[in-house]
Amino acid sequence: MRHTISVLVENKFGVLARIAGLFSARGYNIASLAVSETMDPTISYMTMVVEVKDEDVLEQIKKQLNKLIDVITVTDFTKREHIDRELVLAKINYAAKDKAKLEGIFDKFVGKIIHHKEGTAIIEAVGDTQQIKLLLDELSKFGIIKELVRTGKLAISN
Amino acid sequence: MNGARILLESLKRAGAEVIFGYPGGQVLPIFDQLYDFDIKFILTRHEQGAAHAADGFSRATGKVGVCLATSGPGATNLVTGIANAYMDSIPMVAITGQVGTHLIGNDAFQEADVTGITRPITKHNFLVKDVRDLARTVAEAFYIASSGRPGPVLIDIPVDVQRAETEFIWPERIEIRSYQPTYSGHPGQIKKAAKLISSAKKPIIYAGGGIISSGAHILLRELAEKIQAPVTTTFMGLGSFPGTHKLSLGMLGMHGTAYANHATMESDLIIAIGARFDDRVTGRLDTFAPYAKVIHIDIDPSSISKNVRVDIPIVGDAKNILGPLINQIKKSPDTSAWLKTVEAWKKKHPLTYKHTGKFLKPQYILEQLWDLTKGDAVICTEVGQSQMWACQWYNYLTPRTFISSGGLGTMGFGFPAAIGAKVGRPEKEVFNIAGDGSIQMNIQELATCVANKINVKVLIFNNGFLGMVRQWQELFYKKRYSYTPITSPDYVKLAASYGALGILVTKKSEVRKALEKAIKTDNTVFIDFRIEPEENVWPMVPAGQAINKMIDGLA
Repeated sequence: MRHTISVLVENKFGVLARIAGLFSARGYNIASLAVSETMDPTISYMTMVVEVKDEDVLEQIKKQLNKLIDVITVTDFTKREHIDRELVLAKINYAAKDKAKLEGIFDKFVGKIIHHKEGTAIIEAVGDTQQIKLLLDELSKFGIIKELVRTGKLAISN
Repeated sequence: MNGARILLESLKRAGAEVIFGYPGGQVLPIFDQLYDFDIKFILTRHEQGAAHAADGFSRATGKVGVCLATSGPGATNLVTGIANAYMDSIPMVAITGQVGTHLIGNDAFQEADVTGITRPITKHNFLVKDVRDLARTVAEAFYIASSGRPGPVLIDIPVDVQRAETEFIWPERIEIRSYQPTYSGHPGQIKKAAKLISSAKKPIIYAGGGIISSGAHILLRELAEKIQAPVTTTFMGLGSFPGTHKLSLGMLGMHGTAYANHATMESDLIIAIGARFDDRVTGRLDTFAPYAKVIHIDIDPSSISKNVRVDIPIVGDAKNILGPLINQIKKSPDTSAWLKTVEAWKKKHPLTYKHTGKFLKPQYILEQLWDLTKGDAVICTEVGQSQMWACQWYNYLTPRTFISSGGLGTMGFGFPAAIGAKVGRPEKEVFNIAGDGSIQMNIQELATCVANKINVKVLIFNNGFLGMVRQWQELFYKKRYSYTPITSPDYVKLAASYGALGILVTKKSEVRKALEKAIKTDNTVFIDFRIEPEENVWPMVPAGQAINKMIDGLA
């Protein structure tokens, strides 16, 4: 099962290593991780998606994270209302004849072309996990994804 | 004031009484200050010895132990000692020198990424890059090491920071927004626990090292006597409850007493206090204590429901929880039938050994030691068979009288730890129960003992084997004794060459006299006891078995 948790941490060097080290030492899996400074420059915000086999492991992860001295709070979004988004950039083969087809996809799903030159285009898409999945499935059918980068999930409670 | 001086002033303000350490290139400014600074410094013969001595000092006194080493190899030599303290939740501050800040990351001479290396084995660590942060960092390190669930903290100080000048400002109050341990237990949970205890028929108290670090041993005794529940302790909990008390079942687990294991397995309520249900205690998890509800009191929330499902968790300091819990128990359970059952197990499966052959029996030596000291001594141990016999055959009456490497199981720990313990408790007789394997791992510390007149008594149970591994090879590897026979030096001559006293004992009739002589001698003493080469530790729960499936070669 995948769970999204956010962690507020002291914005100090080595904090990311502490968190990554905790996951590797205890054999937990991180599916995605996004880190950035908050409005308060002394605090960083991490959103992570963890892959666990049961709730007990999730509990342990939260407790172990809380145990780190530099961790301020841990929020589990599993049972909390929240909005989540991910940003994806995809580089695709692109010819003028594809335009209508692609626009058809973008009408039904998320995404837009933000750049194109010499037979390639870069698509930007922002959406939740399901929206991104549907878009990528559709683009794959198209068979033209050359390169793909994604931020990992960001989440905020509502 | 320069950074080196600020460090020492800060250590003093933080309450450090003694530093165990070793000089080197990147701590020269600190040692220059130590030359005429008013703090006790013990020069060990190996940095690992310094770390274990600081750990032993902490275990014996309850204060924060301090060790100091240079960068690179000095720091990496501390690593085993730091990991050892971490596994057993021992408050310790380790200080390491580091190459100058401009050289960090450059693969400079004697550079190692010490904060990186020690991240998973410290409660927290710091790299101090600015001398203005140094005093506050020392204050925070002591606070973190000794509060909540205690543990080691490392401070890495580049040599240029030690030389840099600034004003010394000692922070009187330390507050860390991201670190707020829970000390008082939740009143609702305590109430629920009290109710459950009242309705129990077969309760057992399972007490761990948390009782000792919390200082809750008197309350533990009060609770046990009030509810008339038998008490078993973990290895780390030895000394938290008097071993001679009629409710005491001694230690449980792999080499615990049969009656402690039976009682745990048959109980209908386990009251776990400051213990963590580790694998040496539970054996096969899915068979552990099938009829028991579990109340778990611990300061570390991550210890709760980690291995064993807990019915009533109470997060907090045992000392703050046991008082209200005792008061909340309106009706003590009727445990008379249960205590009778437990008593019958005690009669049926006592700890036992047989005098056979011409060699000494380690159990006999420990019985004699008990008879001579009656618990009024600090017993340190190495790791392996000698350690397990020391758990079984000596009664620990008060906290901090049993000092041994639990979680990490570090051979070579006992001797330097005994040095630290003796420095912390000079009025106590300090023994190190050793095997001929373990004692050879940090034997260089004999020089530390003699040079500083730190008189510890080392009882070597010499069987010519790495005994515990040999026991496993005997039982599970068809007696293929692969590299477990081990030779020893002549310990009598070795002790003499260091200026200590060595005694060889081969006969039962000489055991007591030798121990008496060791106690009387105003020097460090090594006694080479030639024990039965293939004596085993019984009973034993084979790895991965239920803890009531014990094997006993004598039964």
